[in-house]
Amino acid sequence: MGYKIIVLAKQVPDTRNVGKDAMNADGTVNRAALPAIFNPEDLNALELALSIKDKFEGTVVKILTMGPPRASEIIREGLFRGADGGYLLTDRAFAGADTLATSYALATAIRKIGGYDLIVSGRQAIDGDTAQVGPQVAEKLGLPQITYSEEVLSLDGDHIVVRRHIDGGIEVVEGRLPLLLTVNNSAAPCRPRNAKLVQKYKYAKSKSETDEAGGRYAGFTAGRDYLTITEWGVADVDGDTAQCGLSGSPTKVKKVENIIFQAKESRSMTGSDEDIESLIVELINNHTIG
Amino acid sequence: MNNVFVYCEFDGTAVADVSLELLTKGRTLANKLNCKLEAVVIGSGLDGVGRELFPYGVDVLHTFDDVRLFPYTSIPHAAIIVKLFKEEKPQVCLMGATVIGRDLGPRVSSALHSGLTADCTQLEIGSHEDKKSGKTYDNLLYQIRPAFGGNIVATIVNPDHRPQMATVREGVMKKQIVDQNYRGETVKHNAADYVTDADFVINVIERHVEKAKHNLKGSPIVIAGGYGMGSKENFDMLYELARELHGEVGASRAAVDAGFCEHDRQIGQTGVTVHPKLYIACGISGQIQHIAGMQDAGIIISINNDPNAPINSIADYVINGNVEDVVPKLIKFYKKNSK
Repeated sequence: MGYKIIVLAKQVPDTRNVGKDAMNADGTVNRAALPAIFNPEDLNALELALSIKDKFEGTVVKILTMGPPRASEIIREGLFRGADGGYLLTDRAFAGADTLATSYALATAIRKIGGYDLIVSGRQAIDGDTAQVGPQVAEKLGLPQITYSEEVLSLDGDHIVVRRHIDGGIEVVEGRLPLLLTVNNSAAPCRPRNAKLVQKYKYAKSKSETDEAGGRYAGFTAGRDYLTITEWGVADVDGDTAQCGLSGSPTKVKKVENIIFQAKESRSMTGSDEDIESLIVELINNHTIG
Repeated sequence: MNNVFVYCEFDGTAVADVSLELLTKGRTLANKLNCKLEAVVIGSGLDGVGRELFPYGVDVLHTFDDVRLFPYTSIPHAAIIVKLFKEEKPQVCLMGATVIGRDLGPRVSSALHSGLTADCTQLEIGSHEDKKSGKTYDNLLYQIRPAFGGNIVATIVNPDHRPQMATVREGVMKKQIVDQNYRGETVKHNAADYVTDADFVINVIERHVEKAKHNLKGSPIVIAGGYGMGSKENFDMLYELARELHGEVGASRAAVDAGFCEHDRQIGQTGVTVHPKLYIACGISGQIQHIAGMQDAGIIISINNDPNAPINSIADYVINGNVEDVVPKLIKFYKKNSK
C-alpha cells in the first residue's frame, strides 16, 4: 500500500544574489527581476517524500506550488527528480499575499486535491525566512504538525516516527497520519535530476505554457496525461477572493528602507609585522585584550 | 483586556532568556500603551515561576500546570493560547523566535486570523494611515524586520486584526529587571478547561538537549570568519586566536554554508546576535544580514584583502591583507606582548 503525499514548494528569488531595483514601490518583491530557484528546504522536503516512495510501492508524490505562471518551472524540476505530478496555483488574486493568505490558498487547494496522507514542506523559504506557512496550513486543515523534521525513522500504516531538530538538541516524536511535516535543512539533501525522467517530463507544461506556445507541444502531449501540470485559479479551488492576496493579508507593509550603515572613521593598515604588532600593543595597552 | 502578552518558555527549571528579554520589551510597550503586561507559562512544575518573572514588571501571570504540557507539543499549547486570547483579547503578543515560538506562533495566528511577523529586530509604537481608506490608526505595533535576505528593512503593521503578533530571536532585545520587589497577580488556570485528550496527538518519545558548547552570545571577544577564510583548515586557525584572546569563534552564513563551521556559531539575522567589546571579522565581506547580528560591537577590526568590503565601512580598524597571513601574526604578536 502506498501513501499519497503532497509536497508544498515555492519558487523563490535567489536572495543570495540580490541586485538593485528588486523591490516594487508598494514594498512587495519584484520577483521577475531576479533569478528564480527551487526553495532549498523544499528540496529537502521533496527528498523526504521521495524516500517514502522508494520504500512503499504505489506511493504518489505531487508538488503543489503557488506563484506566477513561471513557477511551473519548479514543478518540472520536481518531476525530473522523481515526483509524479504537480499543481500550479496561479491567479492575480493571489498576488501580494502574506503568510496567512498564502496558507489559506494552499489549504483550499489541498482540500480540492483531497485524499492525502502526508503534507510535506520546507521549514521556511529563503525570501522571507518566516517558517509560518507550514504550521498555518496544518491549522487550517485541522492537521497535527511536526516542524523542523530531519528524518522519518519509521512509517507503519498510519503510525509515523520522526526525528526533529530542537534548540540545542533533537527530539523523536510519533503521531498518526494524516499530518504535516516541515523539513529542516539538516535533513537529507535532494537527489539530483534523473536523465530518464528529464526525457520523460521535458514537455510537461501548464495550460499557460501550452497556450503561450500555440500548438507547438500538441504533438508531444496528445495522449500523455502525465505531461499536464494542473493549473488552478481562485475559482478552480472554490476560493474566497477576500481571503486571498493583499486583501486577505492582515499584515501590511508600512515602509521599506534600504539599509545604510553609519560609516565610521576607520584606521587602515597593512598586514605587515610592524602594523600588526603596533595594533596588538595598542589593544593591550587600552585593555581591549589581555 | 487589550493588554500586552508574552508567551514564556519554561524548560522545567528556568524561563528561557528570550522570554525575559521579551518581557523587558513588553514592559516598555505596555507603558507606552498605558496597559498591563501579562505573561503566559504553559508546562509542569510551575510553582516558582512567578518569583522569576514578576521582577520584569509582569502585572498578571497566567499559568497552565499539567504534566502532559511538558515537553512542548504544538496542538495543546496552541489550543490553550487560542482560547485564552479569545477570552483576554490582547492587543499585542510576543513570542521567542525559537523552535517552539516558530511552531506555535503561526498556528495561533492562523486560528485567530491575526497577523504575525517573524524575527523582528525592533518593536515600536506608532500611528499608521491607510492610504486607500484614509483611515488613521493610533498606537499600532511597528514590527520591524530585515527582509529579503537582509537586504532591506521592512516595517510591518497589523491595522485591523488582534492580537498583533511578533516573534523575536534570542539576544536581539536586552533583558532588564524593573524592580526586584515588583509583584503582580497570578491566575492559575485549570488546563483541562482548555485542552482535551484528543489534542495530545503527538507524543515525544525521546529528547536530548545539551547545554550550548560555547558562550558566543555572551563573549566579550568574538573572532568571526567568513567565506574569505577559504577552507575549513584556515578557518580552524580562528579557534587558536580565540583561545589566546579568551574569546569565542563565530561565522558568517556563507562560511557555515560552505561547511567551514557548524551552524550554531552563525552570527546574523538568522543566527546569533552578539554584543562583544571586540569583534574581529576575518574574511567577512559584510552582508547586511551578518552586520545585523554584530553592529553593536564596541571595537570592530576587519581583516580583508578586498579594500571595498562593505564591513570595512563600519570597522574601527581595517587590515588590508590576507587572513592566512594576518591571523598567525595576530597570534604571534599577542603571545609576544601579553604578560
